[in-house]
Amino acid sequence: MDVEILSRLQFAGTIMFHYLFPPLSIGLGLQLFLCELAYYRTRNPAWEAAARFWTRVFAVNFAMGVATGIVMEFEFGTNWAAYSRFVGDVFGSALAAEGIFAFFLESGFLAVLVFGWDRVGPKMHLFSTLMVFLGSAFSAVWIVVANSWQQTPAGYHIVWHDVQGEQVPRAEVTDFWAMVFNPSSVDRLTHTLVGALVLGAFFVASVCSYYLLRGKHEAIARRCLSIALPTSLLFTLLAAATGHDSAKKLIETQPAKLAAIEAHYETTDEPTGLYLFGWPDVENKTVHFGVQIPRMLSLLVYNDPSRPVPGMDKIPVDQRPPIWLPFQTFHIMVGLGTLMLLVSAMACWSWYRGFYGRHRWLLWTIVVMPVAAMTANQAGWITAEVGRQPWVVYPSVQNGVEMMGMRTADGLSESVTAEQVLGSIILFGIIYSLLFAVWIFVLNQKIQHGPESPEELTEYKRRLQRKSMSETIGHGGTAYGGSLMDEDSR
Amino acid sequence: MNYELLTFIWFVLLGVLLCGYAILDGFDLGVGILHPFIAKDDTQRRLVMNSIGPLWDGNEVWLVTFGGALFAAFPVAYATVFSSFYLAFFLLLTCLIGRAVSLEFRSKVQSPRWRKAWDFGFFASSLTAAALLGIAGGNVMAGMELGPRYVYEGGLLSQIYWYPLLVGALTVSLFAMHGAIYLYLKTEDELQARVRRAIHPLFLTFAGLYVVVTLATWLHVPHATENIANYPVLWIVPVLNFLAVLNIPRAMYLNRPGYAFFSSAMVILAFASLFSVAIFPNLMLSTIDPAYSVTLENARSSHATLGTMLIIAAIGLPCVLSYTVIIYWIFHGKVKLDPHSY
Repeated sequence: MDVEILSRLQFAGTIMFHYLFPPLSIGLGLQLFLCELAYYRTRNPAWEAAARFWTRVFAVNFAMGVATGIVMEFEFGTNWAAYSRFVGDVFGSALAAEGIFAFFLESGFLAVLVFGWDRVGPKMHLFSTLMVFLGSAFSAVWIVVANSWQQTPAGYHIVWHDVQGEQVPRAEVTDFWAMVFNPSSVDRLTHTLVGALVLGAFFVASVCSYYLLRGKHEAIARRCLSIALPTSLLFTLLAAATGHDSAKKLIETQPAKLAAIEAHYETTDEPTGLYLFGWPDVENKTVHFGVQIPRMLSLLVYNDPSRPVPGMDKIPVDQRPPIWLPFQTFHIMVGLGTLMLLVSAMACWSWYRGFYGRHRWLLWTIVVMPVAAMTANQAGWITAEVGRQPWVVYPSVQNGVEMMGMRTADGLSESVTAEQVLGSIILFGIIYSLLFAVWIFVLNQKIQHGPESPEELTEYKRRLQRKSMSETIGHGGTAYGGSLMDEDSR
Repeated sequence: MNYELLTFIWFVLLGVLLCGYAILDGFDLGVGILHPFIAKDDTQRRLVMNSIGPLWDGNEVWLVTFGGALFAAFPVAYATVFSSFYLAFFLLLTCLIGRAVSLEFRSKVQSPRWRKAWDFGFFASSLTAAALLGIAGGNVMAGMELGPRYVYEGGLLSQIYWYPLLVGALTVSLFAMHGAIYLYLKTEDELQARVRRAIHPLFLTFAGLYVVVTLATWLHVPHATENIANYPVLWIVPVLNFLAVLNIPRAMYLNRPGYAFFSSAMVILAFASLFSVAIFPNLMLSTIDPAYSVTLENARSSHATLGTMLIIAAIGLPCVLSYTVIIYWIFHGKVKLDPHSY
């Protein structure tokens, strides 16, 4: 295999693995903040027990996100050196802004969030939780801005530099805010963040529904569900709305992607339909087993059910993205999104009527929903990134001047060989499989252990107050706290 | 602002980020290297790990931000450095991941075998990470085989020879000593006495390597002293370096460990400054032909971007410094184990 395929595989693999963690950090961060806010206002120890429990789950996930994220920060340089030289002036600033505005904020206050429960007051702790949540959201802001710029570049021009006698092009920023608020930034950012919040809400709802099924920690589980279920409904609705905006934008900015996700091969005079599902056959330009709603795509894109949508035939042959994969991932995302909307609406209704917990099938459905939410998040990104091919940076028109783009195949590092990339893929394949296993194991252990009961927590805090710190360290720190101090209670 | 001045400011700011990383992550890498030798039982091991528990993650962010800032300010250098050190860099990333998960997962299960495995992972990844950082620094000091259009023509093996290995050893010994002084500040009683006994030999090892590497640099990297020869005022850097080194045993003898820690931080600062002085105005020197070198001038971003980035840094850095101080203050004092510890 050649360097290009391997480098693509490596990037796809490492970014998808990394993206298991950030959306959960963002989504769970909000749920954690809401639990703690409830504690701050009511001072009910049950809320504190819940917040302490979610903190432990959050910490494990966050560490995984950091560990796998460091890789991403440098992979542009290691594998995509030509790309880095081309976009560094633009993309680099977004990445640096992420470091300075987001990473320091979240990693700093994470220390207080995780280790500060008995060191700072509730107000400072609540503030730290908010900062960690905001930090992870800021991180998403800058990364999505950088990615959106690649999809719909703006606020830049191309400058040719002389490199040892050879002319080399480079994208340089002319208008920072136009670069930040490029045509797709806001739509894609809101959709990405909402996708993460959906995952967080379903994650909490899932763990709590599991406790109800097992008859454990019911009081705390019901409290958390009273936050998680309504937010899951709110965010799935928002996901549909923001997703619609993102897709609609494609007709202006990336018609090739729109044609790909709908497997729309030929432009006709007829209004265009929307596939619910199908199996695109690119060679014969058809979709097998497809079920289509007539006129729907025209209606969604133009608000006009009779106007035809241009197809892939309008795109030059060498600029067409793959069709099968974006079509499938797009439909998986939309299908799962609809499913999640229905499920959370059902759960909310059942909660509102006061019989949530009576139907075990509904609880079990909620238990598996985080898998659906995670799959939808991943599928959405695959659609966005594969649908962008063959470009890594889209060509664009700025102030009437055509700007060149960059093809993914031209972005590679020249000094890197296929063996090196293969070596790193094998290395990271082993490490990431191991990490994944450990993550699932520890997460499962934490969930099985569950939160402390409010009584245990009150007792622990009482003892903590009574015993001075100097006394406890004499016993190696294991003397107080009773069962809380058991190592596997963490 | 003038383009040349902006370029120079960004060169200095990158030095500050790298230095912040080396001082902060330096002590937690050092703690990782010492951890199997200093702690005698499980409680002590947990104390050692928790001395850096709340801090290591924030410390690593300095490296990540250094990467982002290098990408933004000198994209050509970012692309060249990381594609040249391809395998070495993936090894470093592996080590950083290894450290993060060893810390995070070690104390989650009671079994001694589980803990031993993670202890070894924590030690080995800390040691290798410190060595790799030094080896990379040594290579950049000595220059690398850059061909036309900044394409690296050597391989992993041409990066491993006596000079970078010596710099790697110096880095390991420096971080280990730095980590030991930090541990001395954070521990008490028997554990602190054990740390105290380790500081002396660690200092001697470091001092020996310091002399050897200084001589080796003089002989092997003649261009390293050019800037100092041209601007004699720069002599202040090696002199301060030397004084800071001497001050470490003095402060320990006076029983002022905080002062000793400050001195070892100053040693790291001086090394980072020496490194910057030595390579300036190159970022990566080509040993094939100086015309192929990555310099500040051919690697930098556009004037506008450097200006915007400076505004971002001017807003961001004071925030970063203020909450770094707040967080270090919240976790100051001797390390204690509580239910939230590792």
